[in-house]
Amino acid sequence: MYTQAMDIPDESGKKLAVVPGTASELEAAFEARIAADGRIEPQDWMPDAYRRTLVRQISQHAHSEIVGMLPEGNWISRAPSLKRKAILIAKVQDEGGHGLYLYSAAETLGTGRDEMLAGLHSGKAKYSSIFNYPTLTWADVGVIGWLVDGAAIMNQIPLCRCSYGPYARAMIRVCKEESFHQRQGYEALLVMMKGTDEQRAMVQDAVNRYWWKCLAMFGPPDADSPHSAQGMRWGIKRISNDELRQKFIDATVPQAKVLGVTLPDPALKWNEERQHYDYGQIDWTEFWNTVEGNGPCNKERLATRVKAHNDGQWVRDAALAYARKQKERAIKEAA
Amino acid sequence: MSTPIDYLLHLADNAVVLGQRNAEWCGHGPILEEDLALANVSLDLIGQARLLYQRAAEMMGGDATEDKLAYFRDAHQFRNYTLLELPHHGPLVGYAAADRDYATTIVRNFLYSALMVLVWDKLQQSKDAGLAAIAAKSLKEASYHLHHSRDWLVRLGDGTEESHARVQAAVNHLMPYTEEFWTTSPAEGSAVAAGVGIDVWALRPDWDAMVNEALEEATLTRPNFHGYVTEGKIGLHSEHLSYLLGEMQTLARAHPNATW
Ligand SMILES: [Fe+2]
Ligand SMILES: [Fe+2]
Repeated sequence: MYTQAMDIPDESGKKLAVVPGTASELEAAFEARIAADGRIEPQDWMPDAYRRTLVRQISQHAHSEIVGMLPEGNWISRAPSLKRKAILIAKVQDEGGHGLYLYSAAETLGTGRDEMLAGLHSGKAKYSSIFNYPTLTWADVGVIGWLVDGAAIMNQIPLCRCSYGPYARAMIRVCKEESFHQRQGYEALLVMMKGTDEQRAMVQDAVNRYWWKCLAMFGPPDADSPHSAQGMRWGIKRISNDELRQKFIDATVPQAKVLGVTLPDPALKWNEERQHYDYGQIDWTEFWNTVEGNGPCNKERLATRVKAHNDGQWVRDAALAYARKQKERAIKEAA
Repeated sequence: MSTPIDYLLHLADNAVVLGQRNAEWCGHGPILEEDLALANVSLDLIGQARLLYQRAAEMMGGDATEDKLAYFRDAHQFRNYTLLELPHHGPLVGYAAADRDYATTIVRNFLYSALMVLVWDKLQQSKDAGLAAIAAKSLKEASYHLHHSRDWLVRLGDGTEESHARVQAAVNHLMPYTEEFWTTSPAEGSAVAAGVGIDVWALRPDWDAMVNEALEEATLTRPNFHGYVTEGKIGLHSEHLSYLLGEMQTLARAHPNATW
């Protein structure tokens, strides 16, 4: 699925060092490449702070993908038709695949998957807060595809031009799949809106619960977004939170009309002068509260990831032990 | 030549029930790669179930559809092997709760896919061309499932002391359920008579060889069979199937007139 929290500081973020002022040749080359909009590759020299920021951002993104498997996974067993069940399993599987490419991209920066997972499990690393809300009905699955994957795409398309090569390339593949998820989610909702009264009510209820949370996915307003400026300078972030949010709203309002649902914001209306939709106040207190760990599902999501990891320890140990034995056998045979 | 509907339902129910079970790991696997692998297995099985139900629905006519067959039949109408409906843990009653055990999942997938590579291979020659086509597609998938589960069976068996003990316990628990493979149900009998099904009994030596060879490589022992032979394929199930179906069918049944 995705990431919102690109610029949400976690512990490693707080320790972000200032780029040293000494103008070494390496640094000059790095700066020149960034200035020319070129790509930085794993073997290239890069400032420590750039490396740390990327590891933080890419691992947050990877964690979001795998935590994001849980809210939708909640409906796999109860999907109301075999076709929808297959579509949902494939989608959740794609999200796991996104997690894999992203962990691999972060590993090119010298941090291992185990270390990143330890950060997630200890609560030190963040993941997208949208996954801390419950999926209460089947319509949530469609709404997550339409709105959450939709917001993810808005956030991630600029990342396809990220200055760090492996991340940019991973994002190209991820974005293709997210667009597919968004279309599938929207299509599932269209079918429900043509169905029974109960189905239509289910869709509207899911939209009501998810709309504001999706707007918050773009992160705090630009004025309160301390990491954005450095990210922009480094070509890690390309478009500001508020601009992305506006683009998302402008794209989504007409889709909601076609679908026949009401977006739960009385202030939402077209502004002829701005050529954009105006919208109401996002509840940032609730957002930060959830980011800080006090949302409805934070504890369950994290504890479930930790349990899966701990319960799987013996399986991973067995695989390692077997691989070791095989290697020893091969050596013995060669000798 | 057309296949007896009960025989198609037997094949379809096997696939949907095990597909449902495998999907339960999604988000909870021991390592991310395994979440993806088991989701793949599940997707393949649900895909097989859909094709088989569609074929059955076509033959039944009227308002039969794949989803009517999957969602609106009760446990006693399901024709799957009992093995496939069991939860991912050792022998406990239907309303007991326990953690999922990866060894149980792997052993079951192994025992079933070892059978199905043989079944689908033979069914490619079914006189029912529709079923033969489904068999050809399913054979490729079952071969992958066999490969995946066999690799893990060996890794777990010849891994650590703990993994060896766990996977041996799973073999001891599940092996008796495979006796059901070798009895002939009325549906299987009539499919064989019509030239569209296969005589499963004839597959037993090949299955035994495959299983024994893998167990040996995994340093595991095969328990001698004694005890009850299950009869899920004639509709006499364990306590576990109605829980599985209760969950799977709940939403569809709450909105019987809805399309999704
Ligand atoms: Fe997605
Ligand atoms: Fe994703």
